[in-house]
Amino acid sequence: MRHILSLLMENESGALSRVSGLFSARGFNIESLTVAPTEDPTVSRMTLVTSGSDEIVEQITKHLNKLVDVIKVVDLHESVHIERELMLIKISAEGDSREEIKRLVDIFRGRIIDVTDSSYIVEMTGDGDKLDAFIRTLDVKKILEVVRTGVSGIARGEKAIKA
Amino acid sequence: MSKTKEKIRGAEIFVRALKDEGVEYVFGYPGGAVLHIYDALFKQDDVTHILVRHEQGATHAADGYARSTGKPGVVLVTSGPGATNAVTGIATAHLDSIPLVVFTGQVATALIGNDAFQEVDAIGITRPCVKHNFLVKDVRDLAITIKKAFYIATTGRPGPVVVDIPKDVTADSCIYEYPKTVEMRSYRPVVKGHSGQIKKAVNVILGAKRPMLYTGGGVILGEASEELIELTRMLGYPITNTLMGLGAYPGTDRQFIGMLGMHGTYEANMAMHQCDVLVAIGARFDDRVTGDLEKFCPYATIIHIDVDPSSISKNVPVDIPIVGDVKHVLKDMNRYIKESDEKPDAGALADWWRQIQEWQGINCLRYDRKSTIIKPQYVIEKIYELTKGKAYITSDVGQHQMWAAQFYKFDQPRHWINSGGLGTMGFGLPAAMGVKLAHPDETVFCVSGEASLVMCIQELSTCKQYGLPIKIAILNNRYMGMVRQWQEFFYDRRYSHSYMEALPDFVKLAESFGHTGIRVEKTADVEGAIKQALAMDDKLVLLDFITDQTENVYPMVAAGKGHHEMHLSPERELA
Ligand SMILES: Cc1ncc(C[n+]2csc(CCOP(=O)(O)OP(=O)(O)O)c2C)c(N)n1
Repeated sequence: MRHILSLLMENESGALSRVSGLFSARGFNIESLTVAPTEDPTVSRMTLVTSGSDEIVEQITKHLNKLVDVIKVVDLHESVHIERELMLIKISAEGDSREEIKRLVDIFRGRIIDVTDSSYIVEMTGDGDKLDAFIRTLDVKKILEVVRTGVSGIARGEKAIKA
Repeated sequence: MSKTKEKIRGAEIFVRALKDEGVEYVFGYPGGAVLHIYDALFKQDDVTHILVRHEQGATHAADGYARSTGKPGVVLVTSGPGATNAVTGIATAHLDSIPLVVFTGQVATALIGNDAFQEVDAIGITRPCVKHNFLVKDVRDLAITIKKAFYIATTGRPGPVVVDIPKDVTADSCIYEYPKTVEMRSYRPVVKGHSGQIKKAVNVILGAKRPMLYTGGGVILGEASEELIELTRMLGYPITNTLMGLGAYPGTDRQFIGMLGMHGTYEANMAMHQCDVLVAIGARFDDRVTGDLEKFCPYATIIHIDVDPSSISKNVPVDIPIVGDVKHVLKDMNRYIKESDEKPDAGALADWWRQIQEWQGINCLRYDRKSTIIKPQYVIEKIYELTKGKAYITSDVGQHQMWAAQFYKFDQPRHWINSGGLGTMGFGLPAAMGVKLAHPDETVFCVSGEASLVMCIQELSTCKQYGLPIKIAILNNRYMGMVRQWQEFFYDRRYSHSYMEALPDFVKLAESFGHTGIRVEKTADVEGAIKQALAMDDKLVLLDFITDQTENVYPMVAAGKGHHEMHLSPERELA
């Protein structure tokens, strides 16, 4: 079962390696991980996507909480939440396919942010499934580069996760 | 709060902070990166530095000091090889949750990352085996970081904390200010247990027909022996301790049914298997304790009290978890039991004790007492008798460790000092140094094997320098006995590299370090030799007992078996 964990942690050098080290040392699995400082520069917010049985995810949560640099851990899976990921994708676009690709980008509400005679760079946000779906509509041979940020998540409603 | 008017150097701040923290001893070894600190140590006498002979020895000595006192052990080593040599000791403390603060020197901040002379990434190397670690990049952070290190090491579930200090930080100056307390938003250990959970547990405990108390090192670390004894006596239930928990409940008490686990007693393991309510207190369901998880306590409702939430339901699903400091939780639990109208079921309990006594009748720890070849068990029994059960016993790892645990009955906590979690050979001698420094008037015995002892034998020199009259008992079977035992059982007696060839003459070895050595080859001489060693109370005496080479540790639950599937010694093997 896939879980999205939201962490607040001290913005200290080494904090990220404590989290990633924990996952490798205990054989937990990370699908994606994003981290950046918040409005309070001493606090970073991390979104971590993992998967495992309920027991394993419970252990992951407990071990994350145990890390001295971690201030708070919330499993977004327990509430209604929104997740988004940003993708930048470079596509070879020549001749007939230029129009076709542009149409697809519009359907998926992406934006073309760089154009050459033979290529586009497309910016697209959405949940992981949407980005996967867009990639599937393209001819693999035409994909030059894919850059994805990994998932960021936030719970719906006015309740906030604060340090 | 202690504060200076003038700026002082980082090295002086370091020493002042240790003094303000109440540190008695620092176990260490100098080198380039910590020379400013060593200079500052030279100029004061508030903190006593003990010069070991290898940094592993420093960490184990500090660890022995911590285990026997409950206070944090303090270590100071240089960068690079000093830090890497300390890692085994740090990991040893980590797996047994022992509070240590280990200071490692580091190359100057400007050189970090340049592969400078004696540079290692001490923070990276120790990260997986510490509770937390810090790199101090600015002298103004030094005092507060030291405060945090001691706070983190000693609170919640204790553990080692490493503080890496670059050389320039110890040369820079600032005003020194040591805070009395420290608050960290990201670190707030729980103390009180949830009262609803405790009440729920009390109901289950009082309703039990075949109850079992299973307690671990957490009771010792949490200073909760008194509360545990009150609970156990009040209930009249049987109790077993893990290897790490021995001494938390008096080993001579009739409710104590021995250690459990791989080399636990028959009665303790059978009672685990058959119990209907298991109360786990400050124990972590280690694989050496549980055996095959599929077969673990099949009939029991499990209650687990632990300060570390991540210990709960890690290996075994728990029915009633209680997160909190063991001492607080047991205090509350005892009160609820006293207030409760229910009482333990006396009839069921009498039946249960009858069953346990039947198991005890097997006499699972019996050995051949008539043997003229020295039986290792006999040596431990004699040490127990002649020290009246009051000595501090440190040990290494192997058969001798198990025999010490089985045959020395510990009536007090913090007297049994061994590396249970990591199983570090070489631990016993340096640990005994830390214990002896902390308890100069008590008898400290290091029970070791001839293979383990040589792993940190250089510390005999430290013992000489500081006049530490430890007694060492080698159960010398000329084998890495525990390895040989596994090879006998599971590898068809192919004794691959477990025979200790080219052993030193331990008597001469002890003498060459300025100590006394006695070789004992006959059962009849065991008692006299121990008496002789104890009588020389200002000397380190090494007793080299030449023991039966073929003796094995029984009972034994083989890896992957259930508690009820124990092997007893061959002549007593159950059908
Ligand atoms: C540092 C280290 N290396 C290897 C081992 C594996 N090991 C466990 S017990 C043992 C043999 C110990 O032999 P000895 O000290 O003579 O004790 P005995 O079992 O004979 O009592 C070994 C090699 C270990 N525990 N620690």
